[in-house]
Amino acid sequence: MKPPGFIYHRPETVEDALGVLADVGPDAKVLAGGQSLVPMMNMRLAAPSHLVDVNRLADLAYVRVGTAADGGREVAVGALARHADVERDEAARAELPLLAQALRYVAHPTIRNRGTTVGSLVHADPSGEMTAVLALLGGSVELRTATASRTVPAGEFFVGPLESCARAGELATRAVFPVPAGRTGSSWHEVARRNGDYAVCGVGALVTLDDVGRVAGARVAYISVGPVPEVLSVADVVEQAPVDAADWVAAGRYAADRLEPESDIHATGEYRRHLAGVLTARALREASARAARLEETILEGSR
Amino acid sequence: MSGTRVFGEPIARREDPRLLSGHGRYVDDIGQGALEVAFVRSPHAHARIAGIDVTDALDVEGLAAIYTHEDLTGRMAEPLPLLIPHAALTHGRTQFALAKDEVNHVGEPIVMVVARDRYVAEDACDRIRVEYEFLPPVVGIEAARAAEHLVHDDVPGNVAAHMVQEVGDAPAAIAAAPNVVTLELEIERSASMPLEGKGVHARWDADDRSLRVYTSTQASTSVRAAIAAKLELAVDRVDVVAPDVGGGFGVKIVHPWPEELLIPWTAIRLGHEVKWTEDRREHFVSSAHERGQVQRIRAGFDDDGRLLGFEIVLWHDNGAYTPYGIIVPIVTTTQLLGPYKPGAYRAEFYSLYTNTLIVTPYRGAGRPQGCFAMERTMDAIAERLGLDRTVVRERNFIQPDEMPYDHGLIFQDGRPLIYDSGDYPAALEKLKKLVGWDEFEEYRAAARAEGRRVGIGMACYVEGTGVGPYEGGFVRVEPDGTVVVATGLTTQGQGHQTVFAQVVAEELGVPIDRVVVTTGDTRRFKYAVGTFASRAAVMSGNAVALAARKVREKALRVAGEALEADPRDLEIVDGMVQVKGTPGADIPLSTVAVLSNPLRYAFDEEAKRATQFSAPADPDKPPVADDDEPGLEGTDYYSPPRSTFANGMHAAIVETDPETAEITILRYCVVHDCGTLINPRIVEGQIHGGVAQGVGGALYERMVYDEAGQLQNASFMDFLMPYATEVPVIETDHLETPSPLNPLGLKGAGEAGVIPGSAVLASAIEDAEGFRISRMPISPSELHHLRESQPPPGSGLRDTGRTGSVPATGGQEATNEEVTGT
Repeated sequence: MKPPGFIYHRPETVEDALGVLADVGPDAKVLAGGQSLVPMMNMRLAAPSHLVDVNRLADLAYVRVGTAADGGREVAVGALARHADVERDEAARAELPLLAQALRYVAHPTIRNRGTTVGSLVHADPSGEMTAVLALLGGSVELRTATASRTVPAGEFFVGPLESCARAGELATRAVFPVPAGRTGSSWHEVARRNGDYAVCGVGALVTLDDVGRVAGARVAYISVGPVPEVLSVADVVEQAPVDAADWVAAGRYAADRLEPESDIHATGEYRRHLAGVLTARALREASARAARLEETILEGSR
Repeated sequence: MSGTRVFGEPIARREDPRLLSGHGRYVDDIGQGALEVAFVRSPHAHARIAGIDVTDALDVEGLAAIYTHEDLTGRMAEPLPLLIPHAALTHGRTQFALAKDEVNHVGEPIVMVVARDRYVAEDACDRIRVEYEFLPPVVGIEAARAAEHLVHDDVPGNVAAHMVQEVGDAPAAIAAAPNVVTLELEIERSASMPLEGKGVHARWDADDRSLRVYTSTQASTSVRAAIAAKLELAVDRVDVVAPDVGGGFGVKIVHPWPEELLIPWTAIRLGHEVKWTEDRREHFVSSAHERGQVQRIRAGFDDDGRLLGFEIVLWHDNGAYTPYGIIVPIVTTTQLLGPYKPGAYRAEFYSLYTNTLIVTPYRGAGRPQGCFAMERTMDAIAERLGLDRTVVRERNFIQPDEMPYDHGLIFQDGRPLIYDSGDYPAALEKLKKLVGWDEFEEYRAAARAEGRRVGIGMACYVEGTGVGPYEGGFVRVEPDGTVVVATGLTTQGQGHQTVFAQVVAEELGVPIDRVVVTTGDTRRFKYAVGTFASRAAVMSGNAVALAARKVREKALRVAGEALEADPRDLEIVDGMVQVKGTPGADIPLSTVAVLSNPLRYAFDEEAKRATQFSAPADPDKPPVADDDEPGLEGTDYYSPPRSTFANGMHAAIVETDPETAEITILRYCVVHDCGTLINPRIVEGQIHGGVAQGVGGALYERMVYDEAGQLQNASFMDFLMPYATEVPVIETDHLETPSPLNPLGLKGAGEAGVIPGSAVLASAIEDAEGFRISRMPISPSELHHLRESQPPPGSGLRDTGRTGSVPATGGQEATNEEVTGT
C-alpha cells in the first residue's frame, strides 16, 4: 500500500496551477483534500505521473451566498472549501438548508475537515451525497483551463461511476448550488450500514408549496442506486394535493419503481429499491412539513 | 496485610498515558535504517506455479534481493510446522514460507523482495511476473463437502479432520424423548483485525553471531524456538521481543508466520537489518480468519424443557492449511455445553479444506459458534413448549452444589472437561434484574402503541480459561527499591503493566509506582507459553504472585537478621519492613535488597552498607549461605491441573425498523463471573472490547469470498467493523465465585465479552420479528428478505416445516433454513 513514484507540484496561484496542468498533460491528478485520491494511489488503483496539489490556492477557499445572473439566490463553493466549511457556513445554512442536511451524512467529521465539496463532485462517486444535491438543485460546476472556462450543468457533469466530464488540463474551480424559489422545503434521508459509511441508499427531497398550501412541485434525487445521481419528479403523484393530504407513500413507490439499483455485498438491489421507496416517502413528508413551516414563519414575521 | 491495598481496586491503566500520547513503540517504530520487504502474493485462489520471471525487477534502483522458494535451503525449504497436532487431524497440511509449486489461497506469499524502502520493494513486486496454471477453487463449506474438486490432491473429501466425542447414547435419548427440535445454523467468517497488523524486524550481529527479532506476536518464546529450529541456530543465539503490540485477538498466537522466519533469514544473508510491516490488505488475505461453520442440531427434551439428549454435527471451514490444528472446532464442540447439563451428548465435526485464508482462533476461538448452537436450541425449546426463555435455561443449569462438574469429555488442553466453580442461578437472577426481564412485556406493549417493534434476548456461556501448561514470574527488588517484574507471555493491550503490578505490590507490600513490569521479552524471561485463551491473568498473575511470595519470605529473613527480630513478627508496609506493633523498628525494603547481596566494591553510599567491613559477620560462615543466593529476587511458576471455567450471561433489547429493517441495540447488559477480580475496571474494559467484537460478528462483519476465491471486501471500507457509534452502552454487573484451582482464585476474562454476541442478538431480533433467526451475521438487507419470505399471518405455524430462502448478499449462496419438529 505505497504509491508508485510521481512528480509533485505545488502551485501558489490558480494561474500557476492551470499552467502546470497545461504543461504536464493528461497523466496528472489534482490533489485537494485527498480523501479518495490518496487511498486509491496507495492501493495502486490510481497511478498519476504528476500530482498537482492545489492546497495553496487560498483564493478558492470560499463559500459565498449571493445573487445569480437570473436574479435568484445561489451558494457558490470554491474548490478549496472543505465539506466542514460548507456545513458550518451560517449564511449557506440559512439560504440552502439542504447543504448541511446532506453534508452531515458525508463520511465522518475528520474526513469532512479535509475533503472538499468540489473535489467530491469531480470524483463523481455515485454514493457521494453532494453529487445528488447538485443534481437535485440543478447546479453547475465551473471548469477552467489556462486558456478557457466553461460551466457545466449537473445533468451533464456526471458521466458514469467515478467519471465526471472534467477533461485533462481542467481544474474544477467552483460549484454553484442555486437556492430553490418559492415555498420550498428540503430533506435528506439515508441508510448506511454504519454511521458515516457510504449509503446503501440516500434520498434528497425538495417540496414546493403554492400560496394555499398545495403541492406545486416535488422532486427527489438518489445516491447509491445507480451509476450517476438520479433525479426524479414525483409531481404526477402529489401535485395539487393539499400538503396534509399528499400521499407520500405512493410517491415513494412511484419513484422506487423507476429505479434499477444493483446488488452488492452490503445489500440486494431489491432491498435498495424497497429502501428507496421508504426513504423517499420519509424525505418528502419532512420536506413538505418544512415548506409548510416556512410559510408560517414568513406570515408570523409579517404580522 | 499492608497499607498499600491495590489488589481488587479499579485503578487506572498505568500504560495508557504513554500509549495515548503517542509514545508507544511498535515494531514499525523500530529499525529506521532497515531494508524493507514486500511480497508478491498469489492473486489466485488455486493454481500451480508454472514459472517466475524476475528479470524486469532486477534494474529497479534500490533493490537489495529477490527470493523464491528455490532460494530457501535446509529446514527453511520445508513446510511450516503444524503447531498443535491431534490424532483426529489425519490430514494436516501447512504451507511453505514461500509457495512451492502450488498456491492454495489468494494472498499466499510467492516471492520476497528486499529493497531500500517499502515503496521500492512494491515497485519491484509490480515488475515480477508469475505464470499460473489454474486449478478449480473450492470456496465455501458446501463446495468443500461436495468435494467435486480437491484443495489438496492427497486429501480425500477435503476432510482435514473428523472427530466424534460422546457421553451416553444421544441418538437413542433423542429418539425416546417426547419433544425434539432440529436446527440448521450458520455463522460466517470474521477475523481478529487488530489495528496493528503483523510486523517483523530482525538484526543479525555478525560479531557475536546473535540474532534479535522484534515481532508483533502473542508468543515470543515460541517464536524464538521456531526461528532457532528453522534457521538452524542455537536457541541461545536468538532473542525475540514483542514490543508494544497493537492488538492480537488470536491471530498473532499463530507462529511462526512465514515472515517471522523469512525476515531474520534474509537479515542474516544480507548482513543488514531488515523489516516487514504488514499492510491492511495483506492482513485481510494473508493472516487468518475464523468463525465460519455450518451446524445441524437435534435436541430431545422433556415436557419441562429439560434436555435429554443433544446431538450436533458441524462442518468447520479451516481454509487452505491447518498450522494451528483443530483447536477451534474442538472448542466449539466442548464449550457449547455452556452452563447446562445436556443429557446424553454427541458432537461430531468435519474440519474441511477450502481455497481461502487459514482459520485459526480469534477471540472466543470457536465458543461464539458453540454458544450460538446451544442458545438457539434453548430458545427453540422455550418456543416449542411456550415457556419463558429464562425458565428453560434455569431448568437445565448445573447447580452450584454440583461443582466441580465433570462433563466426561476431553477439553482443548487434552484434560478432562471439569467445571471448577460457578453459580449460574445467581447470575441469571442478576441478569434478569439488570435488564428488567420480567417488565419487558409492558415496554413492548408501549413501544407497539408507538408503531415501534422491539425484542429482548439473552444468552449464557461458560468459558474454559487459563489453560496450561504453565507460566513463570520473576520478581527482584533493586537496591533503589524498584521492584522489577518479568513474565514471558506477551501483552497486546490487556493492561498487564497494571494488573501484574497490582498483584506484586499487594504481595510485597510496596507502592505500585515502584513496580515495573516487562512481558514478552526473551532476554528477560526465557520460559513461557503465550497470551491466548484468556490465560494471562490466571497464569502469569499467579506466577508473579508466587515469585513475589518467595521474595517476601527472603526479605523478611534478611530484615529479621538486621532488626534482630523473628521474621514471623515482621510485616511490609509501603516498602518498609517493620516489627508489627513496634514503631521505629523498621528497615526499608531497598536496604534489605542491598544487604541481600554481599559486596566487595562500594560504588555508592548504599553499596557501602553491603561491603565486607561494614557490618559484623560470623567469620565461620560464608557471606552467601550454602542454600542461599545473592540478591533479593525470586522466580516461580504456576502450572494448573486443568482449566478454570469462567461464565457469564448477556441480555439485549433491540429495535427493528418495521420499514427499513435497520437493527438498533437499545440496551446491552452483561453479568460476568471471572472469579476474584484483580482490577474491576480492566475487566470491564475487556468486556466492552469483547462485546464490541460480538456486535461486529452479529450485525456487521463477514468475509465475502466470491466463487473464484477472491475476497470481495478486503478493506476497512467494506469489511464493517463497528465504530463507537454502533456499539451500545454496556451495562455490567459482576459476580465473584473464586476458582479453587489457583492461589489467587482467578478465572480468565479476555474473551468472555465476545462469546454470546451472535446468540443474544439473534434471540432479541427473533423476539422482535416473530420468526426464526438461524444465520449470523444479519444485515438489514437480509432481515428485509427474511420478512418478505415469511408466510402471511395465520397461514400456518411459524415453527413447522417452514423453509425460508434468503437471498445472499455476498459471494456465497445462502442455505435454506428450517426448523422442524419430529
